Amino acid sequence: MLVSEQKPVEEILRYLDGENNIFLVGCKGCAEGFESGGEPQVMEMKQKLEAEGKTVIGFTLIDMVCNQSLSRMKLIPYQQVLDGTNALLCLTCGSGVQSLSSVVNKLVYPGCNTISSVGGHAEWKEAERCMECGDCVLAYTGGICPIARCSKSMSNGPCGGSENKQCEVNPGIDCAWHLIVERLTKLGRLDKLEEVIPPKNWGVSLTGGPPRY
Amino acid sequence: MKAGTNLERILDSGEFAVTAEVGPPRGTSPNVVQRKGELLKSCCDAINVTDNQTAIVRMSSVSGCVLLNQLGIEPVMQMVCRDRNRIAIQSDILGAVALGIGNVLCLSGDYPSFGDHPTAKGVFDIDSIQLIQLLKQMREEKKFLSGANISGEVPLFIGAAENPYADPFEYRTPRLAKKIAAGVDFIQTQAIFDVDKFAKWMKEVTDRGLDKKVHILAGVIPIKTVGMGRYMKDNVPGVHVPDEVVTRMQDVKDVKEEGLKICLETIDQIKEIPGVHGIHIMAVGWEDMVPTIVEKAGLLPRPLI
Ligand code: SF4
Ligand code: SF4
Repeated sequence: MLVSEQKPVEEILRYLDGENNIFLVGCKGCAEGFESGGEPQVMEMKQKLEAEGKTVIGFTLIDMVCNQSLSRMKLIPYQQVLDGTNALLCLTCGSGVQSLSSVVNKLVYPGCNTISSVGGHAEWKEAERCMECGDCVLAYTGGICPIARCSKSMSNGPCGGSENKQCEVNPGIDCAWHLIVERLTKLGRLDKLEEVIPPKNWGVSLTGGPPRY
Repeated sequence: MKAGTNLERILDSGEFAVTAEVGPPRGTSPNVVQRKGELLKSCCDAINVTDNQTAIVRMSSVSGCVLLNQLGIEPVMQMVCRDRNRIAIQSDILGAVALGIGNVLCLSGDYPSFGDHPTAKGVFDIDSIQLIQLLKQMREEKKFLSGANISGEVPLFIGAAENPYADPFEYRTPRLAKKIAAGVDFIQTQAIFDVDKFAKWMKEVTDRGLDKKVHILAGVIPIKTVGMGRYMKDNVPGVHVPDEVVTRMQDVKDVKEEGLKICLETIDQIKEIPGVHGIHIMAVGWEDMVPTIVEKAGLLPRPLI
């Protein structure tokens, strides 16, 4: 069970600036349970985006977006629709956004912040890559998480120590920033990395800040 | 003028700057820093004091800087994001300014697992670019990250490191641009051995006009022994030592002489590359050689501005 909550719509609109055609993805797993990305929330988001002048060219709900194979399969019927957009907005936990991002050649934006795993796991077990930081930055990083996957949780680009695509800290693992730059280069969107991302709020994760329960 | 430090004045006047580096001791004696400081005093414009480099505990950078200041030597305080959260960083900066430190170099820091306390928790609350931006905000707006006011001035000349060889390749120059956007005033690069590759990066930098917005000091390391060359080649993250350098050193009788020669050749070539505003000599364990290097490179006497 991954606990997520929707990002403020202002934040979503800020990073969707310049993206006019949006495809929405919701999740019938945890995100439905936590009312951050079930059907009602997807419909609500559709209305909000349309009210702001965006075109929602399509939407779908997948049982578990964090299941990579399932997401890949479920998107097949939408291939034509997806050709008409560069941007998907995904109302799920961070694992869901990353799973979806790995199966489409487009930017996948997070509609939610993931704040806890409550001891559970997402379905994409071999590649679970969300630390439930509560302040999701996947919008800027091509759908690859630098908080969970970069050893130093760098928000603004690589540390400068990576060689041969590997992390300087553990040469057995990929440098997250290498993957991010590679992906954004492929999508022609390196410009996403120009903005300086301000210091993170570490206190919004359920495991950050003082105990609440 | 941002901080009015010697380093800033030299760079702003268009002179070719020379900086070097001192690693504080793993102990309490001030002698090591003082001795190295005296040795380097007349051949550099400022001296970096490292901040627990390679995550090995040493005397703090700020203390080393104060020891240099007391001898009339200008320090560059290195500061890593590994060991402090935003509260400690801002507090240390206030103290550093109060103690007369004006140059600060912002680094992410080697991961704890490289050092002598591999089980330590790495802090990484903010990253090096956020650190640059924070110091600029403290200087220009006289405000903490929280927005609260700072009493007094925060005159800082803000530096950062850059690795012209780091992967991913496509991002090398954009990363520098981002550091500039965050507010960096000067850059000290990782050690340059492969000059052609460095020159290519500098070409990209000058093509984008970035050399007009930041002072770039090229890093050099004189290699003392074949073993050191090999070690750096294989074990030091971000340092790129070509095979040729190691072979050259293997093939000669006087290894030190060859190491010095390679270093001087590198400096000669670097000086010709457009957009480079100085050198930064990181003579780890071979500080004694720095005065000779600076002299033989034709960079003495250091200008007084
Ligand atoms: S930035 Fe990473 S850790 Fe934070 S919510 Fe997003 S995917 Fe999870
Ligand atoms: S090498 Fe890459 S993943 Fe590793 S700490 Fe540096 S930026 Fe992060």
